[in-house]
Amino acid sequence: MKHNLTETLVHGVFLLLGLVTVGCVLLITVYLVVSGIPAIREIGLMDFLFGPTWASTAAEPKFGILPFILTSIYGTAGAIALGLPIGFLTAVYLAKMAPKAVKELIGQAVSMLAGIPSVVYGLVGMMVLVPGIRKLFHVPDGASLLAAIVVLAIMILPSIIKMSVTALEAVPREYEDASLALGATPEETWFRVSVPAAKSGIAAAVVLGVGRAIGEAMAVMMVAGNVANMPGLFRSVKFLTTAVASEMSYSSGLQRQALFSIALVLFLFIMLINAALNFFLKGEKRS
Amino acid sequence: MKHVICTLLCLVMVLTLAACGQKSAEAPAATNDPAAPAATDAPAPTETPAAPAKLSGTVSTDGSTSMEKVIGALGEAFMEANPGVTFTYNPTGSGTGIQAASEGRCDIGLSSRALKEEEKASGLTETVLAYDGIAVIVNPENGVKDLTLAQIADIYTGKITNWSEVGGSDAEIVLVGREAGSGTRSGFEEIVGVKDACLYRQELSSTGDVIATVAQNPNAIGYASLASVKDTVKAVKVGGVVPSEATVKDGTYAIQRPFVLVTKEGVALSEAAQAFFDYVTSPDAAAVITAAGVVPA
Repeated sequence: MKHNLTETLVHGVFLLLGLVTVGCVLLITVYLVVSGIPAIREIGLMDFLFGPTWASTAAEPKFGILPFILTSIYGTAGAIALGLPIGFLTAVYLAKMAPKAVKELIGQAVSMLAGIPSVVYGLVGMMVLVPGIRKLFHVPDGASLLAAIVVLAIMILPSIIKMSVTALEAVPREYEDASLALGATPEETWFRVSVPAAKSGIAAAVVLGVGRAIGEAMAVMMVAGNVANMPGLFRSVKFLTTAVASEMSYSSGLQRQALFSIALVLFLFIMLINAALNFFLKGEKRS
Repeated sequence: MKHVICTLLCLVMVLTLAACGQKSAEAPAATNDPAAPAATDAPAPTETPAAPAKLSGTVSTDGSTSMEKVIGALGEAFMEANPGVTFTYNPTGSGTGIQAASEGRCDIGLSSRALKEEEKASGLTETVLAYDGIAVIVNPENGVKDLTLAQIADIYTGKITNWSEVGGSDAEIVLVGREAGSGTRSGFEEIVGVKDACLYRQELSSTGDVIATVAQNPNAIGYASLASVKDTVKAVKVGGVVPSEATVKDGTYAIQRPFVLVTKEGVALSEAAQAFFDYVTSPDAAAVITAAGVVPA
């Protein structure tokens, strides 16, 4: 009886701790929805989402976040386009080709890359990458969508590499043995057998990378220039995240409420990405 | 599939809430200011054995958002010295602050421009608390040393786009500024007369970032509070006047504005408000004012 009581008690404590997380998520969701809705109502959903101009402190303020949405999508897509080939091929190399010592070394480097704070990425980007782009492409200023894409691509590498390596290593040895026995070369085996077998894991890696890229604020804010332009590779741009982060400190009234609304839009984006991630991970389990 | 439905349901929920949300959710203006919550929420301690003179009551200020930093710092310093006093600051804008002072809705109005003649005629008194000087900065490699106010306005509105048009080398001008809502930005744009018309290449969210960016791009021009300009950038003369504490104080440097305390003539301030007024205009407050990035009057 006593034993049972302790067990129930411990059970309850663990349940409580688990509920803390759920509570936080609920709290954030409710808070964002409640504080994000008033501005959308005042501005109008269509004007807000598809308005091409953001001039939050002008005499006649305009709150259109289409430039931010497009920039976030382009920036994330660019980061994936740049980071995925590098990350994916690195993963294939690490999982299948690399000698043990090299694999260990690169693995360590990737882990360290994941641990670098985003402000450091931003600082290095601001001091090295931005002037570099200015000189390399002979543009007046290097702070641009391109700089943000490069920084984001490097930042998402660790998650893409690590998830892909795990997925590739989980491919049953028999598949590869069978392929090799049928006369395929090792390269053919990796790309025709191992990769297709690991594809849902790799897809999950991409989605994880997208999630990281779209949610990053600090590093991007330091290299993107932060002007609410429509996206262009060498133009100064503002992401959904940086729109919130850069104006929050001095904002007031409708401007501040609109920033919460931007956060809400960003939150919905991230929820969609999470749903996609779950979808791919479930797919992997099924196969 | 389940997740798709889940997401859709969430969207529906959000949109439904959008339809029935209330306007009353609008936050009161005072809580928008990072310094204010500490000020307004602080309960006035009833017992303050440490304080020699037991000053109590509230000091309410209302007005200029540009003065947020300096008035916040002064309010904090004052409350530290007088724990019995509650200091509040309502960031509403200079016009509203002047009106609030004239209607007696606050103890001291705050304005980041000098009072107009008709405002003075209506019985308001201005006391200059500090001067806010904004330096126009360029890269040290840049040959341009002197710009007129009109040239600066043309540069920021995009009428002048090349340094050669103002006596520099043949290179495109890169405009660097602050984010919307920044007091430095609104001050600069107001004084130069380019409000909402600036074609920025970069909008950065701190003075330090502006200085760092101008320091590493030879063709950049930016602006920053005079107190924070460092050697890594060069502050240009404006209309032949070197920006410095002295030229800001004597009024010859053009890109500056006064931070004014507005009070009503003939109406005595409360004891606490008078003590605050005396404190901020005394030499003791100069260090706090300088730390907030402006030149004490």
